[in-house]
Amino acid sequence: MSAPIPRLEWKAVTKRFGGEPVLDGLNLSVEAGRSLVIIGGSGQGKSVMLKLALGLLRPDAGTVLLDGKPLPGLAGRAQRRLYDRAGVLFQGAALFDSLTVWENVAFRLTNADGVSPAKARIRALAALEQVRLTDAVANLYPAELSGGMQKRVALARAIVADPDVLFFDEPTTGLDPVTASAINALIVDQVKRLGCTAVSITHDLASARVIADDIAMLHAGAIVWRGRSEELATTDNRQVRRFVDGGA
Amino acid sequence: MTLAGAHWLTPVRATGRLALAALATVGAIALFAIRGLTAMFIGPWFPGQALRQFIAIGFYSLPVVGLTAVFTGAALALNIYTGGGRFNAEQIMPQIVALGITRELGPVLAALMLAGRVSATIAAEIGAMRATEQIDAMRTLSTDPFRYLVAPRMAAAMIALPLLTLVADIVGIGGGWLVATLTLDFNPVVYARSTVDFVEAWDVGSGLIKAVVFGFIIALMGCYQGYTASGGARGVGRAATQAMVSAGILIFAMDYVLTTLFTER
Ligand SMILES: Nc1ncnc2c1ncn2[C@@H]1O[C@H](COP(=O)(O)OP(=O)(O)OP(=O)(O)O)[C@@H](O)[C@H]1O
Ligand SMILES: [Mg+2]
Repeated sequence: MSAPIPRLEWKAVTKRFGGEPVLDGLNLSVEAGRSLVIIGGSGQGKSVMLKLALGLLRPDAGTVLLDGKPLPGLAGRAQRRLYDRAGVLFQGAALFDSLTVWENVAFRLTNADGVSPAKARIRALAALEQVRLTDAVANLYPAELSGGMQKRVALARAIVADPDVLFFDEPTTGLDPVTASAINALIVDQVKRLGCTAVSITHDLASARVIADDIAMLHAGAIVWRGRSEELATTDNRQVRRFVDGGA
Repeated sequence: MTLAGAHWLTPVRATGRLALAALATVGAIALFAIRGLTAMFIGPWFPGQALRQFIAIGFYSLPVVGLTAVFTGAALALNIYTGGGRFNAEQIMPQIVALGITRELGPVLAALMLAGRVSATIAAEIGAMRATEQIDAMRTLSTDPFRYLVAPRMAAAMIALPLLTLVADIVGIGGGWLVATLTLDFNPVVYARSTVDFVEAWDVGSGLIKAVVFGFIIALMGCYQGYTASGGARGVGRAATQAMVSAGILIFAMDYVLTTLFTER
C-alpha cells in the first residue's frame, strides 16, 4: 500500500435524519492539492456531506478522516486543527448579522489569530477585492447587501486567512455570469497557485468543469460516479447522463 | 399476553418516558452550564463582547428595575403598616420594609424583570444565529461560541444583576420612605435613621449573592434555549418563551433554596 493518504476521506459514512438515511455508507476521498466537485440533485445530502467533513454533524456510522486520522467529537483537537486550516463557505452565507462586512471577513483574524484590527481590516479589504467587492461595502451590515453580495462576502471570509483546505457550498449560485467566472477563477487560483485542497458543491456544470480536477456524483445516499472533470461529458453512467443532460 | 403489550402499562410507560426526557434535559443543561463556566474562567476571553452585553443587560434594564422597585416598596410599606397596626406595631414598618426589600424583593424583582427582558432576548439572538448557521460558521472560524457568545453573557448578567439589585434595594426602600412620609405621617429623618441603623451588611449581602446566582440562571437559560433551538423562526420564538419561563421558575426555586441556607443559624 503506497497510495498517498488522502487529505480528506469519508469512510462508509451513514447519516440519518429521523430514521431516514440521507447518506448510506458513503465513500469518497480527496487527495491533497486537488479540487473535488460534488454534484447531485437537490436534497441528496451534499451540504450534509460538508457538515460531516467539518465535524458539525456526527455520522451515525462510519468516519471522516483528515490526513488519515479520524475527526473526533465536538471539541476535539484534530477538529480544531482542521478549523485552523479550513476556509468554509456555507450555502446560506452564514454571515454574522451584528457585524459589518469587513468585521465579518476579518473575524478569524481578529478573534482567533490575534491580528490587530487595523491590519485585519487591510487584509479584509484585500480579500473583498478578490471577490470583486469594493471598499464601499466594507462598513455595511450583511442585511444591507444583496444575496449574491452576501455570498461573495462569505467567500472573502473563507479565503482571508490563506487556508489550505477549502469547502465551498454552491459558491456561484445566484451570481451573474461575469462575477461567477471571476469566482471560478479565484477558486482555481487558490488550488493551482496556492496548492489548496478544495471540496466544492455546485449545481452549475459549467462552473464544475472549470474548477474541478475530479467530480463525484451523489445520488440516493452514495457516490454513484466519480471521475476526472473531462470524463463528465463522455461517461455513460445513467445517473450522470440524466443529471448532465437534464431535460434535453 | 406479554407485559410489553399490556394496555394498563401505557400510563406508566408514558410517565417513565417523560421522566427520562426530563432527566436528559437537566443533564444537558448542567453540561451546558459547565462548558459555559469553564469558558468564563479559562480564556481566551472576549472583553469587548462582555462589555457590550453588560451595557445591554445592565444599563438598559435600569428603568424597568427602578420602576418596579419603587412601586413595590411603596405597596409593601402600606401593607406592613396595615399589618403592623393590628398589633399596634406600626413603628417597626421601616425595618420590615428594609429587610423585605434587601433580602427578598430587591433581588427577586430585578431578576424577574431580567428574566423577561434579557433571557428572551439572549435566546432569540443566539437561536437566530443557530438557525442561520452562524454558530457553525463561528466554529469553523476557530472561535469557540461558548467563549464568544455564552461566557460574555454569563459574566455580564452575573455582574449586572447584583448592581441592579443594589439599585432596586435603594429605590425600593425609597419608595417605602416616600409613602411613609407623604401619607402616613412618619418623620422623614427618623424613618431614614431607623432603616440605616437596622439594616445589617448580611441583609444586603445575602441579597446580592442571590442576584449573582439569578444572573447566572438568566444567562444560562437564554443561552441554552437559543443554542439548542431548531426549526427556523418558530423555533426561535419557542426558545425565547421557554427561556423566559424556565428562568422564572428556576429563580423562584433557587430563591427558596438560598433563603433556606441564609436563614439557618
Ligand atoms: N439538520 C437537519 N435536520 C433534519 N434533516 C436535515 C437536516 N439537514 C439536512 N436534512 C435533510 O437531509 C437531506 C439532505 O439535505 P442537504 O441540505 O444536504 O441537501 P443538498 O444536497 O445540499 O441539497 P441542495 O442542493 O438543495 O442544497 C434533506 O432531505 C434534508 O431535509
Ligand atoms: Mg445544499
